[in-house]
Amino acid sequence: MSSLVVTAKDVVADGVVALTLARPDGGRLPDWTPGAHVDLTFDSGATRQYSLCGDRWDPASYRVAVLREPDGRGGSRHVHDVLQVGDRVGLGGPRNHFPLVPAPRYRFVAGGIGVTPLLPMIAAARVLGADWTLLYGGRRRASMAFLDELPPEHTTVVPQDEQGLLPLASWLGSPDADTVVYACGPEPLLAAVAAVVPADRLRVERFTTTEVAAPVREDPFTVELARTGVTLTVDASLSVLEAARRAGATTLSSCERGTCGTCETTVLAGVPDHRDQVLADHERAAGDCMLPCVSRAASDHLVLDL
Amino acid sequence: MTAADLAPVSHVDPFAVEVLTDPLPFQAALRDAGAVVHLAAHDLYAMGRYAEVRAALTDWQRFCSSAGVGLSNFRTEPPWRPPSLLLEADPPHHDAPRRVLAAILGPRALRRWRDRWFAAAVEHVDALLGTGGRPVEVDGMAALAEAFPLRVFPDAVGIAREGREHLLPYGEYLFNAFGPHNELVAAGAVAAGGHAAWVNAQCARETLADEGFGADIWAAADRGDLTVDQAPLVVRSLLSAGVDTTVHGLGWVLHGMATHPDQWDRYRRDPARRRVCFDEAVRWGSPVQTFFRTAEVDVPIGDTVVPEGSKILMYLGSANHDPRHWDGPQRFDLDRDPSGHVGFGFGLHQCVGQHVARLEADALLAALADRVERIEPAGDPVRRANNTMREWASLPLRLHPS
Repeated sequence: MSSLVVTAKDVVADGVVALTLARPDGGRLPDWTPGAHVDLTFDSGATRQYSLCGDRWDPASYRVAVLREPDGRGGSRHVHDVLQVGDRVGLGGPRNHFPLVPAPRYRFVAGGIGVTPLLPMIAAARVLGADWTLLYGGRRRASMAFLDELPPEHTTVVPQDEQGLLPLASWLGSPDADTVVYACGPEPLLAAVAAVVPADRLRVERFTTTEVAAPVREDPFTVELARTGVTLTVDASLSVLEAARRAGATTLSSCERGTCGTCETTVLAGVPDHRDQVLADHERAAGDCMLPCVSRAASDHLVLDL
Repeated sequence: MTAADLAPVSHVDPFAVEVLTDPLPFQAALRDAGAVVHLAAHDLYAMGRYAEVRAALTDWQRFCSSAGVGLSNFRTEPPWRPPSLLLEADPPHHDAPRRVLAAILGPRALRRWRDRWFAAAVEHVDALLGTGGRPVEVDGMAALAEAFPLRVFPDAVGIAREGREHLLPYGEYLFNAFGPHNELVAAGAVAAGGHAAWVNAQCARETLADEGFGADIWAAADRGDLTVDQAPLVVRSLLSAGVDTTVHGLGWVLHGMATHPDQWDRYRRDPARRRVCFDEAVRWGSPVQTFFRTAEVDVPIGDTVVPEGSKILMYLGSANHDPRHWDGPQRFDLDRDPSGHVGFGFGLHQCVGQHVARLEADALLAALADRVERIEPAGDPVRRANNTMREWASLPLRLHPS
């Protein structure tokens, strides 16, 4: 698995830290699009998903923002209290389930840390010359991250302790056919948005981090190449693709970053740990193929049609 | 001293017919001259080494596509047709069309065509070989490399049957038009409008079949993943970039097999070679030889700086023959691992239809492998000059049934 190094850790609001991540060699990171998230795996073994909220024109760094969740499962506490500049984290993805669709007009609605995937969308909307506005709510002004990055003339900031709940109905009005509403935040906010926006004009993402389904492992696993009968051990230093190639399998790859799909390989047995950007969720769940340039094993043993 | 003084200079015109039809000597000179070379004939820069070409293709932030991927700079010269939403676009404009098309043309989505294309290839090769069991002479370009993609791909897109003769000349002109306004462009200019009008008419929702890549693109527009204005241009990309490229990729496979009979044996006997065969041909022949980028900023490369706003020729064909990266690059060799070749480009503009091309090639080659023991030249192959593509006009072949 590729590993990133934390190059900066900044408090960006009460209870929110932003991590800047880079490759250890400072090289180019995989491309991403607004709305994308990455899976980060910490020393504790926990894997969490975070929206990328940095600048895609900077090819060498990612930025994510992490809210301290006292009632969470420990991922955010680890980031806030343990993780330090210079530490390594494992990377999966980036993948995008929340892409920005083209439209003349966007209405962005953010609740708290849900602002993160919207930041790159706003950057895109500005480049695209689209009409856009943002309605951004949070508990208190001091808990709301990135206010300084949002142009005031497009942004309505609503701290709950000052102004109460977001005035969704009046702010959204009735979105016309040229408008797409993007919303990200806690479930009650998304439900309130859905109550006033027709489904075909609305795109939402639930920002609560979900655990990645496959158990991610750092310890070695074995891969059996069915066509040659060779079994090999793959440790963290090698991709499955490279290990198979060194064992004499005929492989074909191109990007080797999990984006192009060229190395797709049939999985005959075992459970892959998907780390690519190509397969859809139902294809991942089927477990019958994988992209060995980045994906690994969740089970102790994989059998591949190589 | 200006950057142009620092870069080595070549006075060769890479778009002269004698270079287009025999590019390897110029490519070697270009690579040896430096990582980046100033081409005085067109006042542009060129990269011919694998490492730099691959890095620059990946670096969309500094090497943009929206100013055109041909010699012409869209910022100073209006394009001859509305720019492609994929090829001639940068993020974020590029994002949605790419996302939609990548899903429609992905390897898993193509499974529904696999059996049909394999069956069509069997039928096609059987008809060509007849029942006599005797060797058959064909023009490999017309009878196989052109005929088979034209048999399956337009149906998969879902376009009308009438008028498909426009497809190849449209592509031929389009790929010429990425180069300078030379005699190749002039020769095609009169007919180009008619071809383009026909192609554009095929992209409308009401003219496309209910099933196929075209219908899938319009379905994406219905979901809001594209705008209704974008949908026809995305269909156009399939018809622009999806025909000639595959045709000439197949031409290079057939030429490779005819000139390397041991490799055909290898292909027929060892199914593992099939995975790499088409990509090795795409590396070896590099049917798409060149695309351009435009420097967004001053870009330092080695000892040189490519100035902001300059056009840079990415010589894919040269990178695929760079001995700094490839062992014996001029050999067509199925035992080579061609992974990482730049024949489909690289980075976020890498050919979105590459899986379609591979499937077409797999289908045709599998049908041939089961039926043809030997493919041999039956005459001198004839080259055709094109400003972008390295192509055969005709490949006389003798097919020996097994």
